Amino acid sequence: MTTNDLTQAAAAAKYGRPARQRMGRDDLVMRGTMGLLGLFLLVAIVLPLYAMLSKSFETFTYRFDTIEFQVSGGEGMPWGKTMNALALGTELDVITPESMVTSNGGRFQATEFFPDFSFRAPTLYRMRNVGEGGGGFMVAGGPVYHADWVEMDGNAFRRAQIRPTESHGIDNYLTYVNTPSLFFSVYNSLFIALTTTFIVIILAFFYAYALTRTCMPFKGVFRIIALIPILAPSLLPAISLVYLFGNQGIMKGLLMGESIYGPIGVVIGSAFWTFPHALMILVTALSISDARLYEAAEALRTPKLRTFLTVTLPGAKYGLISATFVIFTLVITDFGVPKVIGGQFNVLATDIYKQVIGQQNFQMGAVVSVVLLLPAVIAFAVDRIVQRKQVALLSARAVPLVPKPHSRIDKAAAVYCGAIGVVIVGVLGMAFWASLIKFWPYNMSLSLANYDFDVMDGGGWEAYGNSIRMALYTAIFGTAIIFSGAYLVEKGRGFGFGRGLIQLLAILPMAVPGMVLGLAYIFFFNHPDNPLNFIYGSMAILVLVTITHFYTVSHLTAATALKQMDPEFEAVSASLKTPFYRTFAKVTVPVCLPAILDVSIYLFVNAMTTVSAVVFLYATDTTLASVAVLNMDDAGDIAPAAAMAMMIVYTSAGIRLLHALMTKGLHRRSQAWRMR
Amino acid sequence: MTTENQAGNPYLRISNVIKYFGDFCALNDVSIDIEEGEFVCFLGPSGCGKTTLLRAIAGLELQTHGRIEQAGRDISNLPPAERDFGIVFQSYALFPNLSIIRNVAYGLENRKLPKAEIETRARELLELVGLTGQDDKYPAQLSGGQQQRVALARALATSPGLLLLDEPLSALDARVRVHLRHEIKQLQHRLGVTTIMVTHDQEEALTMADRIVVMNEGVIEQVGTPMEIYRHPATAFVADFIGKMNFADGRVSNAGKVKLGDVELSCDTGPHGAGQAVQVAVRPEDIVARDVKAGDENAFAANVADLEFLGSSLRVDLTGPALGGQTLTADLSVNLMRELDLEPGHDVTVRIPAERIALYATGEG
Repeated sequence: MTTNDLTQAAAAAKYGRPARQRMGRDDLVMRGTMGLLGLFLLVAIVLPLYAMLSKSFETFTYRFDTIEFQVSGGEGMPWGKTMNALALGTELDVITPESMVTSNGGRFQATEFFPDFSFRAPTLYRMRNVGEGGGGFMVAGGPVYHADWVEMDGNAFRRAQIRPTESHGIDNYLTYVNTPSLFFSVYNSLFIALTTTFIVIILAFFYAYALTRTCMPFKGVFRIIALIPILAPSLLPAISLVYLFGNQGIMKGLLMGESIYGPIGVVIGSAFWTFPHALMILVTALSISDARLYEAAEALRTPKLRTFLTVTLPGAKYGLISATFVIFTLVITDFGVPKVIGGQFNVLATDIYKQVIGQQNFQMGAVVSVVLLLPAVIAFAVDRIVQRKQVALLSARAVPLVPKPHSRIDKAAAVYCGAIGVVIVGVLGMAFWASLIKFWPYNMSLSLANYDFDVMDGGGWEAYGNSIRMALYTAIFGTAIIFSGAYLVEKGRGFGFGRGLIQLLAILPMAVPGMVLGLAYIFFFNHPDNPLNFIYGSMAILVLVTITHFYTVSHLTAATALKQMDPEFEAVSASLKTPFYRTFAKVTVPVCLPAILDVSIYLFVNAMTTVSAVVFLYATDTTLASVAVLNMDDAGDIAPAAAMAMMIVYTSAGIRLLHALMTKGLHRRSQAWRMR
Repeated sequence: MTTENQAGNPYLRISNVIKYFGDFCALNDVSIDIEEGEFVCFLGPSGCGKTTLLRAIAGLELQTHGRIEQAGRDISNLPPAERDFGIVFQSYALFPNLSIIRNVAYGLENRKLPKAEIETRARELLELVGLTGQDDKYPAQLSGGQQQRVALARALATSPGLLLLDEPLSALDARVRVHLRHEIKQLQHRLGVTTIMVTHDQEEALTMADRIVVMNEGVIEQVGTPMEIYRHPATAFVADFIGKMNFADGRVSNAGKVKLGDVELSCDTGPHGAGQAVQVAVRPEDIVARDVKAGDENAFAANVADLEFLGSSLRVDLTGPALGGQTLTADLSVNLMRELDLEPGHDVTVRIPAERIALYATGEG
């Protein structure tokens, strides 16, 4: 550095504050759009999560010390002494410290304090509020908060209830930890997630190895078969398992007396639907490999097993870690499988459902959600760190590995993949077959009766129509929002803080389980003071929650495509005085069309299959197919549930097929300029 | 500041531009004037700030402090779209999904001109850069050199007052590069458009530029014509960066004399006083071996340490007590080698013309 070197502070002192660029029209439009996007993400993810978090700290307790009673023997008779409810209850042993904790809907019958109460007796009662901080009491006329005596006869006093008062603190968490039935779900969830992850990673690793590193026949078929589970809601394998191993299952004997309803079923069902997710990551990890490493190993006469342990495994290390965390998160946050086949085996996701839908205890639902959020966030953070490291793994000059034929290994690989393929097709086939059986297991003739959804509870064909509509809206609006957002983050100029913030918010949804997001939406959108309250119970909130739930993967896909574009397109178009949105429409979108199609299909299929994100948010006229599967299964209509699940599979498969054709057509049309 | 470009005012005036990236100072108080119609090269090693300066002129990167005026107008804080320039990038940045003609017409299309006029103008430009009959091809179907011509045509389409070239030739192979170098220079001369080119290739800068701005670590080391820069490098850095240069440690003995090992050489000692340690800089081609007799001014005996055959010439490493054990490299012709019977270990008498010796303070560069 030379002597006339200016330090930053000296420069600032000499020339005043740093220059600021005047905002051009492009900048204004960009920042405006970015502001809208930030607002969208704020409403779609940040505020709901905040609402949920604060809900989990909301506690409701009865403040009996603020209630007083007086009793009179009858009309015209004098009033007895004033009795404090706390003192009275403690004396009579009708209240305990535990019974004072309740939820927002909690009510305590006033008659509990008078064991010899009879509404036919002429006895008169009086109640009043004293002191500060009480929750008041309910009488036939409504809530009473004032300190004047309210007089009632026996018949009215029968309906008098003490209301809890709201406060904030960690009491809910203490209750959670001290309630064994709830807290035990943590162990169950961890057990299920760890077991399933272990099994799936091993199975998927060798499947991926067979696909990428051997010359086994029918690779294309095996690849497609392995991806089938993605098309189905996670409820489907669980339903199939009921048919296969349930009380009337055709292969019940294989379990040797164990019940499928419980951990065994949950693990098998979870393994089925998470398998393709692990496979895709591991195939990618095993595909990027440098052939020269293997040539070197061979030249050094390294035994095959040692090559596998010292070259193959370390090369796939990051893929394995990433897949492990992804599968762990998917399983621990899944709701569909344990709901259908878990029986009495409670996990965190089903606990949230039970607390909210069954007991209407929203605070406890929020607590369980926060507990479920923890492992998901940790797994997510580790995965992000690992992925960042993987970038530099492969040098640009690496020589891709082309597997060499090896008859014994190839045969073994084909047999292995065949076995897994049979299981996958078998599970799907079972649901397909069951959906066509008239009345299992008594009348095994084939019919389409189970598809006559309109005669059953659950939502009927309207639910299916809703699902299609919801998936279409999600695909259209989701793709537009997510792609534009990724464009602004990747290609925007200046305003680094705003772009960084949006990037962070775009990554956040991945760490939030669907159930948690759905519950957070209730707290946020159902709040009477929320101006957006009107979308609660509408199609819009379903679309919003689904877009948000699947935002991250879509955003990353779009960002990857955008990163591959020349970074100077925007600079060139500015120098040519062309507004950025014209270049966006004329160049960016056409060039990124394959990625845009990928994103929209991903959103569509996931909107069709998701249960967890929407299960709290649908209304009677916006029931969805996946929710219908759940509800029909709940009601014991398992065959129609299988039929509806199959409808989802048919639709997803059809859309995938359409997507493949469109992509092919697109490639043919753009061949002239897309060659590299 | 008046809005008209008064006579005597430069077309582009950069005053005291400073740019920080976090704590890193990319441009440290840079000032330079560029005249209308000039072809200026920003030359320097990677990370010297030359691209940052170009991007600051374009408004793609905003300077932290400082002022930039173009044609008498203060453009310091204008967004790129409100400045007047055309730009060509190393990557070409051609729109892959648009045909060649549509790429060139891109900047014309939102000017509400009749379609036919746009088409004619685009064709003219393609002709100008020597690309005809390729109108409907896509960029991917052209060679690198052809793509760079399209990028040039596109940048010129809107008739900008300033043409910015960001390492436009470095992605091309050597042959095409030499050819395009010449063509770009001719085109610029014909159109008379003020042009700034960023490059790290000194040969490119020396052959193309009217003036070269040599930059290093965020400051301008020297501004001058190619000949000035090569012949009279202002700093040791410039001397070292442009062309090949011998550096040897010496000490000023008297005004006009520098001692290098045993030998005392006459030269312009400039500001360096007697007794001061200096770096003595000599270009290899300036060491003369033909018709040198002992006793000539600045002549001394040296020993041939090594020979490197370069085809038409030889690179000869000279050493010996006269140089105090230091090595100087000389470029000598093959003929001379035969005449003088040069071989490793042999002695030869060489001379360094006094006006070809430059001194730099020790520790600089």
